[in-house]
Amino acid sequence: MSTFAEPPRPSACPACDVAPLAEQISGPVATQARLMLALPDIHCAGCISGVERALQALPGVHDAHVNLTLRRVAVEADLEIEAEALCDVLTRAGYEAHELDPGVLAATETDARGRALLMRLAVAVFAMMNVMLLSVAVWSGAEGATRDMMHWVSAAIAIPAVIFTGQPFYTSAYAALKGGRLNMDVPITLAIALAVGTSLYETMLSGEHAYFDAAIALCTFLLAGRYLDHRTRANARSAAQELAALEVPRALRLTGQGSSQRTETVAAADLRPGDLVRVLPGGRIPVDGQVTSGHTELDRSLMTGESLPAAAAPGDAVHAGETNLTGPITIEVQAAGRDTELARIADLVAVAEAGRNNYTSIADAAARLYAPGVHIIAALAAIGWFLATMDLRVALNIAAAVLIITCPCALGLAVPAVTTAASARLFRKGVLIKSGTALERLAEVDTVVFDKTGTLTDGAPEPLGLDQLDPQTSRVALAISQGSAHPLAQALANELSAQGVKPALVDGIVEIPGFGVEGYWQGKLVRLGRAGWVGGCHAVGETATYLRIAEAPAQVITFMDTLREGAAELVVGLQAQGKRVVLLSGDVEPAVAHFAERIGISEVIAEARPEAKAMAVADLAEGGAKVLMVGDGLNDTAALTAAHVSISPASALEAARAASDMVLTGRSLTSILDAMATSVAARRRIKENFTIATVYNLLAVPLAVAGLCSPLIAALAMSTSSLTVSLNALRLR
Amino acid sequence: MEVLGILIPVSLFLGAGGLVAFWWLLRKGQFDDPEGDAHRILRDDYDDKPK
Repeated sequence: MSTFAEPPRPSACPACDVAPLAEQISGPVATQARLMLALPDIHCAGCISGVERALQALPGVHDAHVNLTLRRVAVEADLEIEAEALCDVLTRAGYEAHELDPGVLAATETDARGRALLMRLAVAVFAMMNVMLLSVAVWSGAEGATRDMMHWVSAAIAIPAVIFTGQPFYTSAYAALKGGRLNMDVPITLAIALAVGTSLYETMLSGEHAYFDAAIALCTFLLAGRYLDHRTRANARSAAQELAALEVPRALRLTGQGSSQRTETVAAADLRPGDLVRVLPGGRIPVDGQVTSGHTELDRSLMTGESLPAAAAPGDAVHAGETNLTGPITIEVQAAGRDTELARIADLVAVAEAGRNNYTSIADAAARLYAPGVHIIAALAAIGWFLATMDLRVALNIAAAVLIITCPCALGLAVPAVTTAASARLFRKGVLIKSGTALERLAEVDTVVFDKTGTLTDGAPEPLGLDQLDPQTSRVALAISQGSAHPLAQALANELSAQGVKPALVDGIVEIPGFGVEGYWQGKLVRLGRAGWVGGCHAVGETATYLRIAEAPAQVITFMDTLREGAAELVVGLQAQGKRVVLLSGDVEPAVAHFAERIGISEVIAEARPEAKAMAVADLAEGGAKVLMVGDGLNDTAALTAAHVSISPASALEAARAASDMVLTGRSLTSILDAMATSVAARRRIKENFTIATVYNLLAVPLAVAGLCSPLIAALAMSTSSLTVSLNALRLR
Repeated sequence: MEVLGILIPVSLFLGAGGLVAFWWLLRKGQFDDPEGDAHRILRDDYDDKPK
């Protein structure tokens, strides 16, 4: 098994991904590979057994292990086993499956930072419980030698524990101070240092008040918040990685002349203009170029949003990112790597990224007010007491008490607890959150922009008016359409089979790439394909295919886009909430207008190129709208990046998923409504939590400044505020 | 109060035992898939090949 030291970055620029991926491929030779598949729908013991049994029954698969918590399965299999084949097997067995990037495995197994935080948290909890127990004796009135002993034992536990567990805060505070800034960790570090220092001094002098328990409790609560925060971020990161389906841009290069011509597999990055590249049906075109031989049809939906396949013949220009559907073609490379249309889109994304205004999260805004405020209050209290009593010991004690009381335990927990609860809830609903502030931003959305092809539609066309065909023609149509890989023919074949039609006996079926498919039925020539090629009719304006049997007039079979599951409910739901809904598509005007009318969207922008899409979103934002962009194609990536917040479905291209803030794992779109409702609730909880934390501080700070704050009050205020905040956040689940 | 001299070390020792146990569980990956493990034991074929 080859684990990669650094998991591949899901960048929006395919060209940048080529180099490291290619290196990994040429890395150490392994006999077994570990594949990861996402299983968004599994939920019970039966699913675990079903998935594992289905996979283990396959030849070449050595082991399959389902992780129900993360909803994924790890498969140990021979190298030649393709993840796609495994997905097919699972889909047939009734489990929706998507390919994951195995790099994520390396990332989760070596999540050293998360483990270190958890270990620190465990040590802090252990130390806090012991010190608290000892402190109970002091609070209940231990005196003299007993109190001193309790203080010394507390010091012996708390000081090493605080030094070990507080490291994340010290390093962060040091980095901030070195850069001349103040962050939340500066008051935390100061409070811990001052509390431990004065307590140790007091203990040496057999003093009454020691804050060892407060110092270690501070570390514990803050570490809990830090750990939750880290988990949310790590999940977000792995979501981004895991969805970057490992699609290595490779190409078949033709070398040699005439009969000695052979093909070799090379990385797309190594192609130079003038090279000849072979693209087989089903393959993605790796470069921009010109067709030199072969006829085919190209699926351009990811690049332009066109739902209809376009024919390509020698001399036609093709672009990287398009999918070859029916026939093998040879392309002469005109541009590769950074010069392609694909890379141009990546540049657009970079521009949009730079233009995105920096969002300040609620927590950051609070921290900006908080950190200086705390220092000023503590310093003023210390100076005041020093002037009043001329006793440095008292002044330092007061300053330590103020810093401990105001320490942002509750603030540090307020946001992480809410985001964790919200992401857990949305994960169950099939939404992965990739960015920490995405929920807050989603709560502000007032305008929703949809892409059409692949987002609101399934990308699979649905044939209309099949009942008008006579039974004989239906049987012929089914037989001949089964012989083609063209999406329209396949849709036709699926629909007819579903209606229970039995195929007629048609022999000699040949697919003529770029034109259609033909065969012989009872000695008569049957053709299914383009109007001009089939003959005997005129092309209609809509998406259609034409069937002609012998010399009879051709039959027109028209198609309509199928709506994605939940699309109609989503649009209605959004409109009911008073949101502005816009359809932004690269498809041709009539198709978009027709579709918009069907789903009930009145604002429509059609024939938008990728830069026009990004511009449209930027214009909406300029007008003050907070835009949610939902899209799946490469042509949407710039718009997804430019939007205030963005969502893409799991079926989206990895570049689009990398550019969005959230990804839907299931098929249905209605989880977007859940996500919006949850985000509004989460924002309300965050604000409530801040209010609660502030109220506690407002009550306790005057006590601390007045010198009335005993270690017991400090411990109570800290624990209750942290607990209230966490419980309030949990209400979200 | 002399008993404290024994009780405090004993309680610290017990607590440290729990800490080490937690560290061991963490290393063994017991928290990697809590939901799956809970369901896994209820499977019919668990008895054939417990793991």
